[in-house]
Amino acid sequence: MASVDAGGAVAPAIPSELAGAGTAKTRRGLHGRRRRRLNVFRYIAFAVFGVFFVLPLLALLRMSLEPAAGAGGWSLAAWKQIVSYTVVGTPSLISRVIVTLELGVITAAAMLVLLVPTMIWIKLKVPWISRTVEFLCLLPLTIPAIVLVVGLVPVYNWIQQRNVSTFMLFWVYVVLVLPYAYRALAAGLNSVDVKTLSEAARGLGASWFTVMFRIIAPNMRQGILNASLLSFSLVLGEFPIAYLLLYVNLQVEMYSISRNTPNASVLFSTSFAVLVFTFLLLLILSYVGRPRRGRR
Amino acid sequence: MAATTDAGVRPARARRRPHIPAWVGVTPFLGYVAVFLLWPVGIVVWTALHNTSGSWQLSSLSFLGQSQVRTAFVNTFELSLGSAVFGAVLGAVLAYAVATGDPDGAVRRVYTAASGVLAQFGGVVLAFAFLVLIGPIGLLFHASWYLSFPWGIGLIYGYFQVPLMVLVFVPALDGLKVQWREASENLGGSAWQYWRHVAAPLLAPAFFGSLLLLFANALSAYATIQAWENQIPYVVPQLIGTAMTSEVGLSNANQAQVLAVGLIIMVAIVMTGYALLQRRTARWLR
Repeated sequence: MASVDAGGAVAPAIPSELAGAGTAKTRRGLHGRRRRRLNVFRYIAFAVFGVFFVLPLLALLRMSLEPAAGAGGWSLAAWKQIVSYTVVGTPSLISRVIVTLELGVITAAAMLVLLVPTMIWIKLKVPWISRTVEFLCLLPLTIPAIVLVVGLVPVYNWIQQRNVSTFMLFWVYVVLVLPYAYRALAAGLNSVDVKTLSEAARGLGASWFTVMFRIIAPNMRQGILNASLLSFSLVLGEFPIAYLLLYVNLQVEMYSISRNTPNASVLFSTSFAVLVFTFLLLLILSYVGRPRRGRR
Repeated sequence: MAATTDAGVRPARARRRPHIPAWVGVTPFLGYVAVFLLWPVGIVVWTALHNTSGSWQLSSLSFLGQSQVRTAFVNTFELSLGSAVFGAVLGAVLAYAVATGDPDGAVRRVYTAASGVLAQFGGVVLAFAFLVLIGPIGLLFHASWYLSFPWGIGLIYGYFQVPLMVLVFVPALDGLKVQWREASENLGGSAWQYWRHVAAPLLAPAFFGSLLLLFANALSAYATIQAWENQIPYVVPQLIGTAMTSEVGLSNANQAQVLAVGLIIMVAIVMTGYALLQRRTARWLR
């Protein structure tokens, strides 16, 4: 269990950027000449990395617009196939997409139910346990997911005897999204003056329940939104756990299509659609997330 | 009337409260984490060290010494370390370019969102993207090394390691105060001296912490290499997957668990090294 002990060491490196906690900073103090040199460096860096990141995606898009992979020419067939593609004898691709989207929603909801009351309660009443809870939340980053799957086999055997639905994956997905959700919620909670609010509410006769759900939770809705969207998008991209526990989500479906029909065009259109969808989701999140902070 | 009932109830509640300590509110969370995180890891370790009848059996660990398994561990280590160093160095450069821009600018938002997508949600999809770029049906060129280990897969790993580095390193760069640079200049320090004596020591812990995170990330990556067209199992997660999906007829029933323990040990060694390193650096950071 040495890895568990050492896990705390990695905590400072966890993305607080994901939680939208980046500190604003101005560079007014820079000399003009150095600012220009810096800008040249920045533009070169953006261009070079931009090409590196965009090229594979462009290739994906171009390939999805060919009638058959590598055939040349233009066609929308692969995009139409997203809704119609079916491997004989199995549910259609689009039904897997829908199941995965629903799974994302369920996971986000379950994560909120588990984490929001717990974190507020800790802040209000049991601050001494917060280090332990933070450590537990960040632990999934250091334990390889593949190790978790091996250990979950007996747990999931038990679950599958009672319910075979793909939705049952949410139990482990909540654990998977814990680090990201925790960071986002912690950032939201830290921006609320919990002590004053709860004292004021308690002084006016509010119950602890009211304090948690009607006073503090609405004030950290930014963090709640961030945590939900991050959890949702993580579920969209999850492969190993579903695959090895023998569930079929979107990623597993794409994988098995690629094994049955290598270079099927529908793979490229679906892949591109998923990436762009997630990208837009995160981009919207960054716009919803920041203005409040900036206006201050 | 209501007021009196209320007043009558309150002392009773106050008297009862000490019997339910406040930490009880945290037990649902602790229980959940115990069942779905701690217990599974416990099962893995226990199963690896015991035989089917439940008595201690350390001999199954000798499976880790088989040449095929050893090769897989060496491969995993090479791929993880190589892609982590590649991702950390290039990612730090890109993170600096991102962090020095307008914190509310469109460029920063786009790069952050894109990094989020590529770092965490790629999985299977990234293998397809590189297949159509430089694979056998590649549009850019047909790289003969696309299906070779570690170069082909290493490039794809770099594709998700660089964005992950951007995500985790930008906050650290945001922490560099402009005043420190000004102070250094006012004291006559050159740009090189500022980076060597001020910025680098301050950023070192975050950099190595991020490097470690990237290493752990590559270590457990399974989706991309599994979806990669080359179907030879090169790394430990693939061996674990094979052991799990074809458990029938193996001489050694707890192979998957033994391999998983091997991975845990690997993470533990690297992290202990990191913790020692950080203890050393913490001394002169105070």
